[in-house]
Amino acid sequence: MMILLFFVLSVICVGSVLGMIISKNQAYSALFLVLAFSCLGGLFGILGAPFMAVVQIIIYAGAIMVLFIFVIMMINLRKGISPERKKWTLAVSAVIAVVLLAELVFAVLGASPMPETAASASGTSPTDIGRLLFTKYLYPFEITSVLIISALVGAIVLVKKREKE
Amino acid sequence: MIPASYFFLLSVILFVLGIIAFFLKRDLITQLMSVEIMLNAANLAFLALAKSSNFLDAQVIVFFIITVAAAEAAIGLAIIMLIFRQKKSIKTEDMRSMKG
Repeated sequence: MMILLFFVLSVICVGSVLGMIISKNQAYSALFLVLAFSCLGGLFGILGAPFMAVVQIIIYAGAIMVLFIFVIMMINLRKGISPERKKWTLAVSAVIAVVLLAELVFAVLGASPMPETAASASGTSPTDIGRLLFTKYLYPFEITSVLIISALVGAIVLVKKREKE
Repeated sequence: MIPASYFFLLSVILFVLGIIAFFLKRDLITQLMSVEIMLNAANLAFLALAKSSNFLDAQVIVFFIITVAAAEAAIGLAIIMLIFRQKKSIKTEDMRSMKG
């Protein structure tokens, strides 16, 4: 049952990423990506990480992609990106992709097998993550808040229209 | 019980698709989206490892990756807005000069 769910979700995920590559319209690309990220959220749930699944769906499929769609709406290109495409970029990307695929598969196959500990079937509760986040990873967590606030201020300052010039 | 290698395979496929999208697409917004795909592939690999080795810290790392990706998307989209205001285009071919 789980494995069926895994295959359905992964096929939808890969298919929507392919649709994002193929589609010419940026808004359709963003919507395909929302579907892909939602399926990834489901996969995270299968992996026994319910908190990460919820964070993935709320932050990625919700917040970040809405940000993308807002910017696409503000830029509002009437005609889509022109399809002119040099032949060599396709060849170069294909070569790079094949080389990288071979390298990654080689790395995954060559990795020493993980020591299989007794995997908890019920998954990890968000309580454990919260406890870890506020004890062992307290300083990275606080630094992340500084990072977020500086990104916020930086984005506002960058996009703001300058008035006195 | 799904073996972790299936998740690794899916993660590798997603990462390579992100690379292909980054090279094939010619506008900045879609390229930024393909960077997000690659980040998600990395997240999937982290969580598969967390499941197979019962190591909880990987989930915390995935949490940090998601927050940093949010900050990166905000800054990147702000820069794309600036570029669009100056050049009226977000195609990569139109960005040839280093000087603004």
